[in-house]
Amino acid sequence: MVPLTWYLILAAFVFSAGLFAALGRRNAIAVLMGIELMLNAANINLIAFWRYGPSPAQNLDGQIFALFVIAVAAAEVAVGLALVISVYRNRRTVNLDDLDLLKG
Amino acid sequence: MPELPFELPPLPTIQQVIFVMIAILTVLGALVVVLARNLFHSALGLVTAFFGAAGVYVVAEAEFIGVSQVLVYVGAISTLITFAIMLTRGMMFGATSPRNRQSGTAAMITILIFLVLTALVGAIPWPQAGEPIVEGQAIIAGLGRSFVNEYVVPFQLLAMLLLVALAGAIVLARDRK
Repeated sequence: MVPLTWYLILAAFVFSAGLFAALGRRNAIAVLMGIELMLNAANINLIAFWRYGPSPAQNLDGQIFALFVIAVAAAEVAVGLALVISVYRNRRTVNLDDLDLLKG
Repeated sequence: MPELPFELPPLPTIQQVIFVMIAILTVLGALVVVLARNLFHSALGLVTAFFGAAGVYVVAEAEFIGVSQVLVYVGAISTLITFAIMLTRGMMFGATSPRNRQSGTAAMITILIFLVLTALVGAIPWPQAGEPIVEGQAIIAGLGRSFVNEYVVPFQLLAMLLLVALAGAIVLARDRK
C-alpha cells in the first residue's frame, strides 16, 4: 500500500504551487486557478486521512467533506469568474497590478 | 546467490508505481499552471492536475470522489475557466511578465511553506497502511445514506448555496444596458 506520507507530500506540493499562483501571478484568472489547486490539495489530504483512519468503510466523513469541498469550489469559481468578467467589462483589464481602486 | 552486506529496500508494489506516475503527472500539471506564460497553457496544465488528483482518489479507493472530480472539475470548472480566458482576451499572450510585482516574495514564502510542510509530514510517524476495504462493502450506498441522515441539513444548505451562486453569477456577469 502507498505510505500516507506520499499523499501528504504530494498535497503539500500542490498546495504550495496553488499558493504561489494565488500570490504571485499577474492575471486574475491565474489567481483563481491557484485557488482551485489549493482546494484540490485539501481534498487529497481529506481522502488520504479517510483511507488511513479507523474503519474507512463505515466512517465516511472524509469522503463527505471532500464532496462538500468540490461543490463549494464549483460555486466559488462560478462567482469568481463572473466577477472577473464584470471587472474586465468596466476596466478593460484583468491585470491585478492595475486594479488598485481601493488603494489609499 | 551471495549474501549482500546490506539489506535491499523492499520492491515497490504496483500500487506504489501507479501512485508515483500519477503524482508526477499532477506535479507537472501544477507546475505548468504556475509557470506558463500563456494563460491557455495554464488552463491545460490545470486540467492535467485535476486528472491527476482524480487518479490519486482512485488509488486511495475513493472511486466516487474520483468520478465527481472528473465531472465537476475537469468537466465544468475547466470549461468555465477556458471561457473566462477567451472572454478576457488580450491578457492571454502577455508581452509583460506573467508574474506580478510581489512574486519574488511570494516565491520565497511558498518555498518556505513547502519545506516546513514536508519536514512536518516527515517528522510524524503516520500509519503505514490503512485497514483493507473488503469487496462488497458498499461505500457509495453509505455515502448516500449519510447525505439523507446526519448530513441532511448541510446537504440542503449546499443546494441553496449552489442556487445562490448561480443567480449571483448571472447578475454579476450580465450586461447592464
